Amino acid sequence: MASALRRLGSAAARRGLSTACEDTKKSLFQLPQAGGKSSNLCSAINQALHIALESDPRSYLFGEDVSFGGVFRCTTGLADRYGKSRVFNTPLCEQGIVGFGIGLAAMGNRAIAEIQFADYIFPAFDQIVNEASKFRYRSGNQFNCGGLTIRAPYGAVGHGGHYHSQSPEAFFCHVPGIKVVIPRSPRQAKGLLLSCIRDPNPVVFFEPKAIEEVPEEDYMLPLSEAEVIREGSDITVVGWGAQLSIMEQACAGAEKEGISCELIDLKTLIPWDKETVEASVRKTGRLLISHEAPVTGGFGAEISASIVERCFLRLEAPVARICGLDTPFPLVFEPFYMPTKNKILDAIKATVNY
Amino acid sequence: MDFPGGKVRFTSEMEFISGNSETRVPCFRVLDQYGRLLNNVDFEQVSEEAAVKIYANMVTLQMMDVILYEAQRQGRISFYLTSMGEEAINIASAAALSDDDVVLPQYREHGVLLWRGFTMQEFANQLMGNRFDYGKGRQMPIHYGSNKHNYVTISSPIATQLPQAVGIAYSLKMDKKNACAVTYIGDGGTSEGDFHAGLNFAAVTESPVLFICRNNGWAISTHISEQFRSDGVVVKGRAYGIPSIRVDGNDALAVYTAVKRAREIAIEKHTPILIEAMTYRVGHHSTSDDSTKYRPINEIEYWKTARNPVSKFRNWVESNGWWSDEAEAELRTRVRKQLLQAIQNAEKTEKPPLRELFADVYDVPPANLQDQEAELREAIKRHLEDYPSDVPV
Repeated sequence: MASALRRLGSAAARRGLSTACEDTKKSLFQLPQAGGKSSNLCSAINQALHIALESDPRSYLFGEDVSFGGVFRCTTGLADRYGKSRVFNTPLCEQGIVGFGIGLAAMGNRAIAEIQFADYIFPAFDQIVNEASKFRYRSGNQFNCGGLTIRAPYGAVGHGGHYHSQSPEAFFCHVPGIKVVIPRSPRQAKGLLLSCIRDPNPVVFFEPKAIEEVPEEDYMLPLSEAEVIREGSDITVVGWGAQLSIMEQACAGAEKEGISCELIDLKTLIPWDKETVEASVRKTGRLLISHEAPVTGGFGAEISASIVERCFLRLEAPVARICGLDTPFPLVFEPFYMPTKNKILDAIKATVNY
Repeated sequence: MDFPGGKVRFTSEMEFISGNSETRVPCFRVLDQYGRLLNNVDFEQVSEEAAVKIYANMVTLQMMDVILYEAQRQGRISFYLTSMGEEAINIASAAALSDDDVVLPQYREHGVLLWRGFTMQEFANQLMGNRFDYGKGRQMPIHYGSNKHNYVTISSPIATQLPQAVGIAYSLKMDKKNACAVTYIGDGGTSEGDFHAGLNFAAVTESPVLFICRNNGWAISTHISEQFRSDGVVVKGRAYGIPSIRVDGNDALAVYTAVKRAREIAIEKHTPILIEAMTYRVGHHSTSDDSTKYRPINEIEYWKTARNPVSKFRNWVESNGWWSDEAEAELRTRVRKQLLQAIQNAEKTEKPPLRELFADVYDVPPANLQDQEAELREAIKRHLEDYPSDVPV
């Protein structure tokens, strides 16, 4: 924890957010020590949204069903507190939600757009890829929609099937001009979401579902900085979002068998922190990546290719990817599809014994 | 208790509402085909000064289109598209707006930017992608944008600007500005999903946005009979609960009147308005198109001459004693000279420096772009001959 905080502290010296609110600058990038209440991810998100709306009167939150609190209860209390002209339901139309958000952001507002499930983000793909990501660049920086943050719950839930389980992050990682951020836990989610909202670039923020203690203050966590959440020396294990808790279990299992794993939470997928991953692989000589999304063309492929480029002679074994299968996300077969703790543990052992 | 949508009258008549009314929605006009003021028309008066300014801009736009189209044919610019036949829509709508109204064009509305004061030189710089292009040489010709003129940068995808215009309008409403968003679309663009998204969002959010549809009959080679089966575009407003009007897009005074009044209503009542401006696309879709391949030449000629919006308005302006052949000649000579000079200047100006390839992807270039720039600069040193010499490295 201490080393993570030191890393966060040095990040504050290097980076500043050009649109950060004045009264949050003093708490830039500090994960508060004081314990908070136990929260699930959605109440952590809710806290972040309250802070965002409170600290900037020109911020707006909108999407399907956000007014009564949202289908995941992430937005409870916000319409009552900030009013229906700042927190409101939109028609059922993702391309409209994102297009509208781009317009709001183009006028210097913070536009927090909710997509009900990541599985439904695709109608908005044109607005994200052709419009939001290129808005600043194509205008010669005369215009920008940096105030836009698109949030969407993502990932397996045990019974979601094809259309309530997807991890579509790889599609968006191929788009210069946006950022893609995925928190692993409620405490991370709150700080990362506040950073995304205040970052002067459009961001796609995918939210997993989990439970932990969350500090009550306004705090931000830096984007494009990976975090070593478990130090080790035999193999580097990289992931993001909900998958990290599975990977943590695999690392604990590996430790019992004498294998020391270094576990890294990437947090921001684009632009991603190659330096931290590279430094770790230089130490361990081995890399394993795990994500729920299908293995072919998944973001693990980008990490693997980049690290092989940088660390070829240091590598002791091929880079392993333990990911979802190349199928639509199945219902009854979900336990077979998923990259489980044992699949990861087996791959850790195979890589170490290569 | 009523159904969730409110009270509705019941009927025992089993009848389908026809897909189309027996009569089409009429088209508002102020001038007849020859530019003569019709009787008893309620329209927005324009002063001599305003009328002359509108007319002069229409002529300038027309000349720009002719000369720049030719410049592309000569290989001096890589691409161009004209607004021929739509000069009244472009200039008269712009004249009816305030400079604070935020414009989101499709791509055939450079006359609006011209009206707002974009110079010949600024146009030419973008067309050449030189270092004075505000877009920094990143996009194809005609993808203009100017924040100081409240003209949002053009993007090629069709209709994407419509829901964005709603977000902009909503912001103006929330900030209590005396301004609206104005967005343009062609007949073809109304088939895109973003048209539906934009109009529906505008109505539900009660945003002050004008949707101006240039129904010019053609989407590249696709005639409107292959685009929709409704009575044009105006009837679609009603489907969203949006007040709408159909106007003669070739009648500058009709366009001016409709846009001016729509703007006032939109801002005061927080409502979107749909304006369908009927016109004809006289030019080819772009320099990559030859429209004689899909429509009769005599049809094009007819609209270019007998139904020309510029000459129609000229007739009216002259009938008031506000214009003359001398004024026309002087204007045309001046514009031609200015434009040719601007093109020459733009051609001689170097391109933006290489760093503009990497800047503005994000607010600050991330590590991957810094690395890529360094690698590219090495590659350039090794193989200078692979790279254009007019881009300073």
